[in-house]
Amino acid sequence: MAIEVRIPTILRNYTDGAKAVNAQGASLSALIDNLEVNHPGIKDRLIENGDLRRFVNVYVNDEDVRFIGGLEAELSDGDQVVVLPAVAGG
Amino acid sequence: MLTIDRATYDGIVAHAKRDHPDEACGVVAGPEGSDRPERLVEMVNAAGSPTFYEFDSTDLFQLYKEMDQRDEEPVVVYHSHTATEAYPSRTDIGLASEPNAHYVLVSTREHGNNAGPVEFRSYRIVDGEVTEEEVTVVDELPARSN
Repeated sequence: MAIEVRIPTILRNYTDGAKAVNAQGASLSALIDNLEVNHPGIKDRLIENGDLRRFVNVYVNDEDVRFIGGLEAELSDGDQVVVLPAVAGG
Repeated sequence: MLTIDRATYDGIVAHAKRDHPDEACGVVAGPEGSDRPERLVEMVNAAGSPTFYEFDSTDLFQLYKEMDQRDEEPVVVYHSHTATEAYPSRTDIGLASEPNAHYVLVSTREHGNNAGPVEFRSYRIVDGEVTEEEVTVVDELPARSN
């Protein structure tokens, strides 16, 4: 069971520069815990106070996870997860 | 240093003037690693605000997917300030997430939607450090080296 996770430039220091890594998990929450095992520190960049960070976007098969259950979004083998930091400012 | 062609520069300024008093935002994409801002992509400011900008999350995804397919990256990330100078705000610095990009700030505070000069400045923002850089506007970007 493998899910491809696309990593944005700013987080590639956690993946030895890799643009994509494989991870496992039946939900986004479990997937992020699994990512943390192999790429320590990455979870804190994605999650704050038990929820996705406001300015981090995660997509499962082209859909923003905020519309499909957030951290509880279900995943299955072959899904593609994309992480993109928001482009925002004041 | 940011080297940008006149048409792209004018396009960014026109976008900023058009959206004034709200902040305008977008990117100029270019081949990965080339440092060439070649393709201006105006984005919608989903915040629709004079003090904040944010790319819509679906638009953001489509943009990155398209750049990925074309082996591009965001060479320039631009937005406007409509009441303050063209210098990154604390929020801009905190949220800057493209260490390889030139962050361009345009200020429309002087002339708003009307003709007239604007402040157009460029910065690197890496790990919370802001470094201003020179902007050189050329008629056309030099020929690609490869």
